Amino acid sequence: MNAGGWPYDVAHMLGGGVLLFSFVLLYQRRLVALVSGFATQGALLALAIAWQGFFQDAPLLVATAVISGAVKAVVIPLALRRLLRHLGLQRELEPGLGVGPSLVAGVGLVTLAILVVLPATAGAAPLAREDLAISLSVVLLGMLMMITRRHAISQGIGLLSLQNGLVLAATGMPGLPLVVELSTVILVGALVAVAGFFALRLRQDLGALDLSRPRPPGEAPE
Amino acid sequence: MTLPPALLLGLLLLAALLAVAAPFLAAAARPRLGRLVPAACILAALGLAGCAASALALGAPEPLLLPFGPPWGPMSLALDGLSAWFLLLLGLSGAACALFAALREAAAPPRQAAGLPLLLAGLALTLLAADGFSLLLGLGLTALALWLPLAAGEAEDAAPRLAAGLALGFSLFSLACLATAIGLLAGTAGDLSFAALRAAPPQGWQAAAVMALVMLGAGAGAGLLPLHGWLPLLQPHLPASTGALLSAVVGKVFLYVAARLLLDIGGPAQPLGWGVPLLAAGAATAVFGALRATQEGDARSILACAGLGHLGLVALAFGLSASLRAADLGALAALAAGAGLLHALGHGLFQTLLTLVVGEIQHSAGSRRLDRLGGLIHAMPAVALAAIAGCAAAAALPPMAGFAGNWLLLQALLAAWRVGELGFQVLVAAAVASVGVAASLGALAMLRFWALAFLGRPRAPRTLGAQEPPRALRFLFLALAGAAGGIGILPGPLLQLATPALSLVSGHAGPAEISVWSVSAAAAASDYRPLGIALLLAVAFLGLVALLRQISPRATVRGPAWDGGFAAPPPHLPFGEPLTQPSALGFAQPLRRMLARRLLAAREDITLPPPGDTGPARLQSHFHDPLLPALLAPLLRARAACADQAERLRDLSIRHLLGMVFFLILALLGVLAWWGGGA
Repeated sequence: MNAGGWPYDVAHMLGGGVLLFSFVLLYQRRLVALVSGFATQGALLALAIAWQGFFQDAPLLVATAVISGAVKAVVIPLALRRLLRHLGLQRELEPGLGVGPSLVAGVGLVTLAILVVLPATAGAAPLAREDLAISLSVVLLGMLMMITRRHAISQGIGLLSLQNGLVLAATGMPGLPLVVELSTVILVGALVAVAGFFALRLRQDLGALDLSRPRPPGEAPE
Repeated sequence: MTLPPALLLGLLLLAALLAVAAPFLAAAARPRLGRLVPAACILAALGLAGCAASALALGAPEPLLLPFGPPWGPMSLALDGLSAWFLLLLGLSGAACALFAALREAAAPPRQAAGLPLLLAGLALTLLAADGFSLLLGLGLTALALWLPLAAGEAEDAAPRLAAGLALGFSLFSLACLATAIGLLAGTAGDLSFAALRAAPPQGWQAAAVMALVMLGAGAGAGLLPLHGWLPLLQPHLPASTGALLSAVVGKVFLYVAARLLLDIGGPAQPLGWGVPLLAAGAATAVFGALRATQEGDARSILACAGLGHLGLVALAFGLSASLRAADLGALAALAAGAGLLHALGHGLFQTLLTLVVGEIQHSAGSRRLDRLGGLIHAMPAVALAAIAGCAAAAALPPMAGFAGNWLLLQALLAAWRVGELGFQVLVAAAVASVGVAASLGALAMLRFWALAFLGRPRAPRTLGAQEPPRALRFLFLALAGAAGGIGILPGPLLQLATPALSLVSGHAGPAEISVWSVSAAAAASDYRPLGIALLLAVAFLGLVALLRQISPRATVRGPAWDGGFAAPPPHLPFGEPLTQPSALGFAQPLRRMLARRLLAAREDITLPPPGDTGPARLQSHFHDPLLPALLAPLLRARAACADQAERLRDLSIRHLLGMVFFLILALLGVLAWWGGGA
């Protein structure tokens, strides 16, 4: 996969798509749309991984892509939508940073990532360098999203999108050992973190973990 | 020669293995197995001393590159003149301490049994190291070995653990300073071997930073003022063997590190002020340690503080040597360095002797407090004889070891006016005064220790149960006393043996006017002929004895010695009233009133009974070291402030915490981008 060849361009385009949806996640105010954006990012990530697996001749990467795509593009978004419906938050708006500041901060972070990665990886394959810069940007944008949002669900989505960046970096390195295992472990770790986070937040906000009988905040649990 | 390094390595590993195996062996609770560890330590220490002596006499062996170590700096061992000199001290002192441990501490709990071999291994690794990493590793082992025996004592007695914790804190501070200094010396090249460091001596601000860091690191480890506070606190709690090694060798090893980093590696082409910090800290430590030794009531603390005083003299000699070298007075610099080395060796041996004697006194008479001892010369004559030899050496009386070192140091100091710089001359004059004050205070402290412990009448009934130690220990004490005398009588040959060390430290091979019979700073300067003086003193003493015994018409009468004020025993007190003898407190009173009020915050409270009351008048006195609280109080305040700040973190929301992490990462990435762009 040489620079300038069309497989390179496609890989670049898919990575760029993941980054683009990080921007979308950063400024999107509606929670439902946020979930959709995350699903799209997951699908693009799965495509990027599959493309890498196809051109690196690594069938295990394709398997990773299938697992990742199934979980991130289908299972998690469906679960989140269900949760939103349960909590009655379908029309919920969450004012984030606002479009302008989000974009400025995001562009700044991407610039920083490029400034860090490109000098540090001089001599590596061009795709790997671009890929690393893109994934570092995705990670940083995910963190920024986690600290600018207040809602538990959007913070969880921030964590998951941060994890997307990590997987993108891991699969973009040809010859990295244990990629499949690593990305699975990261996925499970992120899921456990998000689940634990939700449990904590729900206990704080709703007073109990029992979702069938939500209780207004401030009232003591029985 | 490839054999000695391999042998050294084997000995080191043996000692380390022993340290690991010691708890298991001692846990078997069988005295014979408990003796196995110290016995192997004796062998290892004697082997180290033998290697050091052969390296001094026959020349340095080839350095040995170890097959393990961190990937960025392979560990290597080497033995040159300087390290061999200190290794000789470690071997001799370590063998003596291990013999004492085998005879008296075989039933010690496992933790304490592990302390001695670990300490030996750590110190030996420090001395044998030929690169910065091995040096720091050895010092780390040493710190661990000092902390381990007291790390988990009985719950009801917190003092040993506090002392050990304080010592560990000072050791870690020392390690941090020395690691930073070695890093600064290595620069960005990253090669930590001494040869590479020597090739690029520090300059400019780096030299100043290295000097400050090494002074702080070696000062905290050795106990130079003002970082000495942990030593007198730790010393009384350690077992006698480990304590003797701490007091006799550990401080010297830290001074070796200072000499290696500042004088050998960083020494050439430095300005006149290069030796001033060592000189000033050494002079202050000498006076302060000797003064405190005259005030303490516990014999171990007395020896620890007197040892600090002597350590200060060694540091002063090294500092003077560095400054004289900078002034192009090579022979004088070598003389000062020779004084430091000779005094380090001599003091190491007589300090080992005295500390072990105190250990034996505690074993036999049940206490180390001077106020509970007295009259031990009748119960332990051989120990008393060895102890007075050690005390004479510590009091710098000719022809013992202390005098030779002090005399050489004073010769170098008195000739240092040739430097010409006015400020330095004033400093040297002050140093001469402080050496004189330290020597006299040290002599007083030794007189007080020996006379109160061995002369007079027993101050407690338990003292009467003291017995002469077994033959091996008597032999050990007398051999150490003989060594203290021998070093004093043979400074010339020893200085010739130390020539490689002298040229490493001072850049000059040593004064030419040295022979077996006499030592002299220069052809025109005064001579010291220790053998002649020893012969004269012996003749005078024997003549006096003969005069009194043979020619006097009166029969020999045994009179009370050092009994000042002792009342004739009334019937209800078969041993007399011990309180009528001079006490340790009373003996220290004149100096307490003169000097210690200002320097040691000493206070006296006199309670006089009102007229008509038949109760006794009471005199209570106490002193404390004002420097340690002055150091610790701001640290404790800072710790409390940090804890308060950290407590505020608890109430932050998850977003704030994440934000802190995020901005930290951003800052680090920014540094990386800036650095990568600059490179």
